[in-house]
Amino acid sequence: MTSVGTIPAHGRALRRPPPKRESGPIAWLRANLFGGVHEAVLTVLVAWALFLIVTALYEWAVRDAVWFTTDSLVCRRAAGACWAVIVEKHRVMLFGTFPYEEHWRGVVVIVTIVGMAVASGFRRLWSYRLFVAWVVALGVVLVLQLGGVFGLAPVDTNQWGGLPLTLILFVGTVVGGLPAAVFLALGRRSNLPVIKAACVAVIETVRGVPLLTVLFMASLMFPLFVPPELTIDKLLRAQIAMIIFFAAYGAEVVRGGLQAIPRGQHEAAQAVGLTYWQTTRKVVLPQALRIVIPALMNDIIRAFKNTTFVTIIGLFDVLGATRAALEDLNWQPYALEAYVFIFALYFVFCFSMSKYSEDVERRLREGRNY
Amino acid sequence: MRNPGERATDVTVDRIIELRDVNKWFGDFHVLRDVNLAVARGEKVVVCGPSGSGKSTMIRCINRLEEHQEGTIIVDGTELTDDLRDIEKIRSNVGIVFQNFSLFPHLTAIENLTLGPVMVRREAEHEAEARAMALLERVRIPEQAQKYPGQLSGGQQQRVAIARALMMNPKVMLFDEPTSALDPEMINEVLDVMVELANEGMTMIVITHEMGFARQVADLMVFMDEGEIVEQAPPQEFFANPRSARTKLFLSQILTH
Ligand SMILES: Nc1ncnc2c1ncn2[C@@H]1O[C@H](COP(=O)(O)OP(=O)(O)OP(=O)(O)O)[C@@H](O)[C@H]1O
Ligand SMILES: [Mg+2]
Repeated sequence: MTSVGTIPAHGRALRRPPPKRESGPIAWLRANLFGGVHEAVLTVLVAWALFLIVTALYEWAVRDAVWFTTDSLVCRRAAGACWAVIVEKHRVMLFGTFPYEEHWRGVVVIVTIVGMAVASGFRRLWSYRLFVAWVVALGVVLVLQLGGVFGLAPVDTNQWGGLPLTLILFVGTVVGGLPAAVFLALGRRSNLPVIKAACVAVIETVRGVPLLTVLFMASLMFPLFVPPELTIDKLLRAQIAMIIFFAAYGAEVVRGGLQAIPRGQHEAAQAVGLTYWQTTRKVVLPQALRIVIPALMNDIIRAFKNTTFVTIIGLFDVLGATRAALEDLNWQPYALEAYVFIFALYFVFCFSMSKYSEDVERRLREGRNY
Repeated sequence: MRNPGERATDVTVDRIIELRDVNKWFGDFHVLRDVNLAVARGEKVVVCGPSGSGKSTMIRCINRLEEHQEGTIIVDGTELTDDLRDIEKIRSNVGIVFQNFSLFPHLTAIENLTLGPVMVRREAEHEAEARAMALLERVRIPEQAQKYPGQLSGGQQQRVAIARALMMNPKVMLFDEPTSALDPEMINEVLDVMVELANEGMTMIVITHEMGFARQVADLMVFMDEGEIVEQAPPQEFFANPRSARTKLFLSQILTH
């Protein structure tokens, strides 16, 4: 063997531990907050400002706050927050125009949907049974909301409102929109020109307009073209509009996943004799959807927030119901507190979905599912 | 068994695959030019030739992964036409193994094997599983049945892929460079399985540059270049006195390294 360059004699390069890195809280402080004079000054100033803000917040939200009273005058005399508005108005905020004595039905609806959503977060439970459970759960939700059977008083969909309405619209959008998104995405890649063109047209048209206009079209324009005896329920129209809107965006996400599946997968499936639909169902979609779950979660979270748009066509979702509750002049000054509550509500829902999607993404990266 | 050098080419022999004047273009590019090939039942054909010569395209036409534009392809008495039933029938008779395995990564080894029979033939799941285990034993990896492709070595994956193709009980097996994506130490475990398959009488068309395998197994060597079959001959003759200059050049190139 001829040597290239000089090779150190064996044993000259000693094995040694990696260079020390200072660690511990002191080192961290020095590195991140007090690296130099400027940094130290800045750190102190920011700390001071933070302190002022936190104490002011504490005084307003906790020390001087009014928690329970049925009398808004008590709030007026207090210097702090009036959380009593939430206690006082929570029924309207949470259930909107749903008949007062029937609010228990709304509670069951909320618990059912949230419970199912949480259960669906556990991969262990993903099976045919979970699917059946969802079907049953949605049946229960519809029965409770609509009434008219089992001695439940009938409730018109115009009276649906509050958090149950928000959750129903959300679940309906996802349950209806995901399959529609998949079909649109498949259609867009179809070899049949008519199907392809139709799917492209739907996707591009819907993506080209804001959700608000789609909802307006569904609620205002639709009745103009359809004879009155055919008129579909306003809520259902809004739901369909939201499904189509979700599907158009979802389709583009799913298409990305479909494109990531190598041609060899299609060919291998064809070679063992699978048909197009068998290949799609058993080979392509399981892989494609797994890739796009994080991106789809994004759309799903947006769908949750988009439910607030139904206010503008006269439906009272949880945000709309809250605004309606604040029509009460006595409590109107405490809108801020009520909205803080709604803010927290939305945050809890969206944040948990976002955390869940992060978790899924991490698992995918670690390749634990394969 | 036939004498060395003798080949079953006369018309009375049962031809399982026949390509007659097959032509194909990719756009303007003439990728297969008047390809003629007849394969008798039980025969092993090894195809070689430079990169881009149309080897893959030719065997992919046999089970309609590619469509030929002119000429006739007949597999086990069925002519390949646009009729979906014919295509289906031919595909069920022809197994294929790809260079890059193309296993389904979201399914375990055994699920890769059972998917086809269960979906296409409506075979009962437990029966398919029993057959799958038997095949995995035959390719000597029964202990890997529950693993996903990503957890297997290349050689193991390719053996799963061979077993997957065999699950459909094909009459012909096509191999498109089955060992060229493998690390050298894994090539033999795959070739061994293929030799066994050959000894059991399977009809095989194998694209490979493993000339040791070719000498051992082939009944017929086919050399392709620029979309044409330049030369076809039994291996003794093919290696000892190639007739065309292009074959000579090609052989000298691959046999020297
Ligand atoms: N789908 C396609 N579209 C256009 N051209 C193609 C397509 N597939 C293959 N070709 C071209 O056809 C020619 C033959 O390809 P083919 O894959 O059959 O060659 P090959 O003999 O198998 O080569 P290799 O040894 O590299 O696998 C090549 O020039 C290739 O670029
Ligand atoms: Mg090739």
